[in-house]
Amino acid sequence: MKSKTAAIPYVIWMLIFIVVPMALVVFFSFTDRSGQFTLENIANVGKYSTVFLRSIWLGALATAICLLLGYPLAYIISRAAGGRQSVMIMLVMLPMWMNFLLRTYAWMTLLENNGLINKALGLIGLGPFELINTQGAVVLGMVYNFLPFMILPIYSVMTKIDTRIIEAAQDLGANGRKVFSKVILPLSVPGIITGITMVFVPAVSTFIISKMLGGGANLLIGDLIDMQFLGNSYNPNLGSAISLVLMVLIMICMGIMNQFDDGENTGGMMI
Amino acid sequence: MKTVSKLYTGLIFLFLYAPIVVLMVFSFNDSKSRVVWNGFTFDWYRRLFEDKEILNALSNTLIIAVITAVCATVLGTAAAIGIRGMNKWMKRTVMNLTNLPMVNPEIVTGVSMLLLFVFLNDRIGILKPGMVTLIIAHITFSLPYVVLNVLPKLRQMDPHLYEAAQDLGCAPASAFFKVVLPEIMPGIVTGMIMAFTLSIDDFVISYFTSGTTQTLPIAIYSMTRKIVSPEINALSTLLFGAVMVLLIVINLRQIRDQRKQKLRRKGAVKA
Amino acid sequence: MKKLLSLILMLCCACSGLVFTAYAEADKEGQTLASSTGVTINVYNWGEYISDGTDDTLDVNEEFTRRTGIKVNYTTFATNEELFAKLSIGGSDYDVIIPSDYMIAKLIRNNMLEKLNFDNIPNFSLIDEKFRNPQYDPENAYSVPYTWGTVGIFYNKNLVDISEEEIGWDILWDPKYAGQILMFDNSRDAFGISQVRLGQNFNTTEPADWYAAADDLMKQKPLVQSYVMDQIFNKMGNNEAALAPYYAGDAAIILEDNEDVGFVIPKEGTNLFVDALCIPKGSKHKAEAEAYINFMCDVEIATANIEYIGYSTPETAVRENLDPEIAENPIFYPSEEILANTQVFTDLPDDINLLLDDLWVQVKTGGSDDTILLVVVLVGFALLYVGVLVYKKTKDRREQRAARKK
Repeated sequence: MKSKTAAIPYVIWMLIFIVVPMALVVFFSFTDRSGQFTLENIANVGKYSTVFLRSIWLGALATAICLLLGYPLAYIISRAAGGRQSVMIMLVMLPMWMNFLLRTYAWMTLLENNGLINKALGLIGLGPFELINTQGAVVLGMVYNFLPFMILPIYSVMTKIDTRIIEAAQDLGANGRKVFSKVILPLSVPGIITGITMVFVPAVSTFIISKMLGGGANLLIGDLIDMQFLGNSYNPNLGSAISLVLMVLIMICMGIMNQFDDGENTGGMMI
Repeated sequence: MKTVSKLYTGLIFLFLYAPIVVLMVFSFNDSKSRVVWNGFTFDWYRRLFEDKEILNALSNTLIIAVITAVCATVLGTAAAIGIRGMNKWMKRTVMNLTNLPMVNPEIVTGVSMLLLFVFLNDRIGILKPGMVTLIIAHITFSLPYVVLNVLPKLRQMDPHLYEAAQDLGCAPASAFFKVVLPEIMPGIVTGMIMAFTLSIDDFVISYFTSGTTQTLPIAIYSMTRKIVSPEINALSTLLFGAVMVLLIVINLRQIRDQRKQKLRRKGAVKA
Repeated sequence: MKKLLSLILMLCCACSGLVFTAYAEADKEGQTLASSTGVTINVYNWGEYISDGTDDTLDVNEEFTRRTGIKVNYTTFATNEELFAKLSIGGSDYDVIIPSDYMIAKLIRNNMLEKLNFDNIPNFSLIDEKFRNPQYDPENAYSVPYTWGTVGIFYNKNLVDISEEEIGWDILWDPKYAGQILMFDNSRDAFGISQVRLGQNFNTTEPADWYAAADDLMKQKPLVQSYVMDQIFNKMGNNEAALAPYYAGDAAIILEDNEDVGFVIPKEGTNLFVDALCIPKGSKHKAEAEAYINFMCDVEIATANIEYIGYSTPETAVRENLDPEIAENPIFYPSEEILANTQVFTDLPDDINLLLDDLWVQVKTGGSDDTILLVVVLVGFALLYVGVLVYKKTKDRREQRAARKK
């Protein structure tokens, strides 16, 4: 079955709707409004380094928290009995099927100054705390939205670990901690790598979560791009330049991440 | 499971589900308050069904999702078959093309497509942003998922099956439909379901490519920017309920299929 | 049987005729519109800026469809700048838009609006003389006023302890209310407030003035709970914030929603705005769009609409129809004395607009002083990465060497 031709429509489609648009982003980045070549847009991106740093910092923080929360859970699930395992994985996936705007909105109502959390804390004589409109709230929103992206790839790698390897390690006298640090942890690295990329990329480029939970003062790169295209300061050329820098930044991050991966295709794509 | 891991799992699931449960509970609240319970009502559901904007957005979303799922599945399956027949160099190039939209931040994909559609509309006068561009954009971002779900199934398939069918007198077309297609069907179905759900759920790319057309996530976004009415809670509850029913049905079917297969195997052994 | 059918048909005709005459009274061109049945027009309006049938009010768009057969695809924006971006990037096909004064002037200057055919808008005669031929549209060729109003401060009486008379714009800079202040999430309105404080002209073309105003806004930023537009309805309604500058018209909904909220127009002066109905270039259904504009000016419709949205009407006939509680309310119809102390926004030259956009982004993004910390953290991360890379490389090399020795 050598039918290369079957892929032709697909390749043409991807060229028109992925490659050409990317080329347009590059073109817009290096031109001004009248279409003349300029480096001004790229140079102007520097003005917004605070936003870039903030996005990277909050994105990295959210990724780290996702890893800390998600890894143990993935481990617990992968060690559970078969039937219970699939139920738990379904429970992890279920919230993801709800639109992220609604999930974020749910937190908005919880975190408000007069929201349920502050009301509950008030009953035991604490607070009120300023929860919403802070950077912490933005990170919380990211963690909540992207946690399953961390759990699922780690889980799928862990289930593939041959139980005989663990048994062998135990037979050879390794205690629980040793088994974990010498066998399970190294073998789950590909899952961790996939998880980190799958959380970090959307977290660093998110643009609604910060608007809804961050009070509009904690702008992220995504908001900045939105502002240049459909928002409050129309300038698609600058917007393209910011997008280009964001793209390059993420490519570099992923390149670094791939160094940790031993060149094997993780194939951690899951729903 | 040990108590510690039970407790931990419980806490994570509490974190994942508490906001959704609160959201759902307050969809039945007989007041606009999001904190105080005023009694039970179905009023918000009634209003939701009278809201033409929402209903219109819902029908748009479903139309787009169905067309996207069908087109992406056909194009993507063909692509996977084509890629299978490629030499190493070509394969690597096409796979890089496939991975590009998946590693690229969504907002950059959205912005780049906006630039393309505006360019085509202004310069050539085709593809005015609206329903058609939304469908194109959705097909584009869901195509890689179909390809990546079908490819492994093709790899698992015995390559001689197709040739054997032809040797036995099958025309290439019927050999494909009778032998290859059933083998890779699970991958195609998973890909299709993913394309469908990705399309329903997408906000970021739709936001940039929709023109004047409203999809459900876009309508939800504009709802969160106005006076928030508990209609939005009612909507969340309904969507969540629909997803849950869908997942349960899929799971039940899987279990039934597995049982059937087991029975068949037993029968085969007896014979 | 045939007779019965024709009877039913006749009855139907009579009924629709009744509806139609009601409309034809206001619109002599009603006949031509019969052919528009099935057409959909795209209307792009501010959020919370039309009577939409909530709480048994009139659903204006539905009523329009019922009378003319023209369907309405109604979408909303939050700021003039958002509208401008959506129109500029192109590809959208709006038929009716409702920008504010300065934005209309900008759109006219950029050749982005269609000239209206006032033969299709006979109800324009209802618009008061003083709202005709405005500064932003001197020949009144492009726009029909929708509403007007001023900007003031919403305050929560339980959280703000000074009397209404004492409230001025400076209260939005008072550290006492840190974290309880909401602020406009659009450049012109936000800068306008600083400009009043600094005694500037709203439309200054002196870059130094704009820099000064931006500085002032940066000073306010640490006190601001969040930058919002229509989210203010919920935040003030739920006592989430103590102070919020916003449009006077919205007092109709906010004050009714929460008794503890008051509204005041500071004495230092404020912005007076007019929002008007326009048709953007490229509209495919101009006649139907004009029918919509005409319909919005109809006294009966406008009365129902204004009663719900609360903004001030440019039609005396409508104001006379309103509940006196609204029609004589100084919030919506301030005294001449207050009106005399207002300024309007006008279109700014392109270079000032660019500066303003840039400063606005700076206000919203900058202002936090943890940049250095972030740099340090990032450099730390980068060093960590490099460290791991070097470690891996040397380890590999050592292993290779070991393998070779064997």
